[in-house]
Amino acid sequence: MVSVNADGNSKALIQVRGLNKTYRRGGEPIQVLQGLNLDVDQGDFVAFMGPSGSGKTTLLNLLGGLDVPTAGSVSVGGDEITHMSSGRLTEWRARHVGFVFQIYNLVPVLTASQNVELPLLLTRLSRSERKQHVESALAIVGLQGRAEHFPRQLSGGQEQRVAIARAIVSDPTFLLCDEPTGDLDRKSADEIMALVEELVSKHNKTVLMVTHDPLVAARAHTVLHLEKGALVEAGKSPHSAAAGGAA
Amino acid sequence: MKFWSLIWANLTRKKVRLLLTLGSFAVALFLFAFLAVVRDAFNRGGGVAAANRLVVINRVSIIQTIPLSYRDKIRNIPGVENVTHDNWFGAIYQDEKNFFPQFVIDPDSQRQVYSELVVPDDQWNNFLKDRTGAIAGASTVKRFGWKIGDRIPLKTTIYGGGAWEFNLDGVYHGTRPGDDETQLWFQWDYFEERVPDRFKGQVGWYTVKLNTPDDAVRVAKAIDADFANSPYETKTDTESAWAAGWVKQFGNIEFLILSIGSVVFFTLLLVTGNTMAISVRERTGELAILKAIGFKNGSVLFFVLAEALTIALIGGLVGLVLALLAVPLVGQAMSGMLPPMVLSKPMLAEAMGFALLVGACSGLLPGLGAMRLRVVDALRRI
Ligand SMILES: Nc1ncnc2c1ncn2[C@@H]1O[C@H](COP(=O)(O)OP(=O)(O)OP(=O)(O)O)[C@@H](O)[C@H]1O
Ligand SMILES: [Mg+2]
Repeated sequence: MVSVNADGNSKALIQVRGLNKTYRRGGEPIQVLQGLNLDVDQGDFVAFMGPSGSGKTTLLNLLGGLDVPTAGSVSVGGDEITHMSSGRLTEWRARHVGFVFQIYNLVPVLTASQNVELPLLLTRLSRSERKQHVESALAIVGLQGRAEHFPRQLSGGQEQRVAIARAIVSDPTFLLCDEPTGDLDRKSADEIMALVEELVSKHNKTVLMVTHDPLVAARAHTVLHLEKGALVEAGKSPHSAAAGGAA
Repeated sequence: MKFWSLIWANLTRKKVRLLLTLGSFAVALFLFAFLAVVRDAFNRGGGVAAANRLVVINRVSIIQTIPLSYRDKIRNIPGVENVTHDNWFGAIYQDEKNFFPQFVIDPDSQRQVYSELVVPDDQWNNFLKDRTGAIAGASTVKRFGWKIGDRIPLKTTIYGGGAWEFNLDGVYHGTRPGDDETQLWFQWDYFEERVPDRFKGQVGWYTVKLNTPDDAVRVAKAIDADFANSPYETKTDTESAWAAGWVKQFGNIEFLILSIGSVVFFTLLLVTGNTMAISVRERTGELAILKAIGFKNGSVLFFVLAEALTIALIGGLVGLVLALLAVPLVGQAMSGMLPPMVLSKPMLAEAMGFALLVGACSGLLPGLGAMRLRVVDALRRI
């Protein structure tokens, strides 16, 4: 279950309470998030929507421990991350978060399998164990045959699939995707979303995704809109979200 | 190391740039090694000088001679194991540019005092029997393609002038790297017999071998005290002090070499530092991704430093291998004009240290920048 009213059950995987983020530009404060609440259960698939500049990326960064809030708390699986030192936070990210960004995802000089292996370099897994994990992650995203390809030898959609393989290879607690289909054509976007859906339904992953695309958002269990620094539920039915987007 | 493929992939991402940077290191290290060799050659005296030897010269200057009669008096000073004497002959072989040092030696004590310069016994015995015999160092023999038994004509302008002919009876070799193998020696008796009267009974300098190096100061004082207030006062120094004085004749070589060396250092640092900075800036996005994934700040710094150090190591090795090949060739070409050139292990180590220092410095600033990079800013800066 997903809730934005600070009333989710206490067993929610992700619990966000009173999240505030204020940037300063030229001495002038810009309040981006104001008292944002969110509860996400294990296995949920949430899409965040909202106009450009509404704070979607900011929210994802805070959830992923890439940035610290001005006030409020984020706890994941009982770990309160907002007060961790930057070193602890880095370790926490390695263990719990899989990131998929819109661009800049892959290291161009590494092959697909080397890119997927990166998070595993931070674990104690042996070389052969790493190889196994990489192979099964690439298999999940349907790129077994492209393991030795470099990013420039892959299509945009394939690159994103490699990025997803990398995000899931270390079996993180949840995935954060910031406009993962933003750079893709319709067909590739659909393929990526089919893959993400499969991760949620078949592999029971928890996914939080930002998107501008209503058709993409429609795939999620829940679509939330960022308005005035807080989240509002748009509708639980994929149909209503898709219809709303198309209207 | 499991991070190696990442470091290596980053290193080789721009092949041309990598080659140019490696080239900068190679050239700089080649130059650096050469400077070290030249500097060492000039300081050589100091390096190969035996700690247990003193050199006794005329107090006025090395050009002034001292009487042969001092020999026995010096030998009787306690602490002296042996003493030998030399004269500078300074003759010309065929042409002035064929310079090599020639010494009039005392066959009775030469090999005891200069025990590091060895002559095979059979050759030495032939030399002793041959009044006009000569022994030459291996490098001079090689330089002029001499063979044992050759007649070697030397023209002198000093000792009454004229042509002196010698039979090459033997070849000496130095047993330590850097030993001078360019000299030619011939016998005191023959010299004494041929020179005009005013040169007879006069030697250029004495070399004293001590029982123990600890006695150097005391014995040197004793020798000079013995001949104080005589017409030929002496000045006695350790061999290394004497060699150092000799080098000063060439001007401030040390300063010159240090200046060139510093210029090389800073040029290399600027070039490689700039390259590293550009190469790190280019992959801001990737570094941000690595950090997002969970690579720590320290790891990112480590990657950049490892990259810079690898370039330094490989480029440096290339330069040093080239220097190792080139130094003997140049040494040969300059033989006679400069003291022997040797690229020793400590010099190689020093040069490598220099390369790694430059590598570390060039990687440090970009590395710290990468370390401080905030993921959220880097991913926004699109
Ligand atoms: N480091 C920063 N310093 C100052 N202002 C910032 C900073 N980061 C973000 N902002 C501002 O915060 C607001 C929210 O930015 P954010 O990137 O979260 O929006 P977004 O919803 O992801 O937009 P988009 O859909 O364009 O990606 C914007 O007005 C942005 O200019
Ligand atoms: Mg955004």
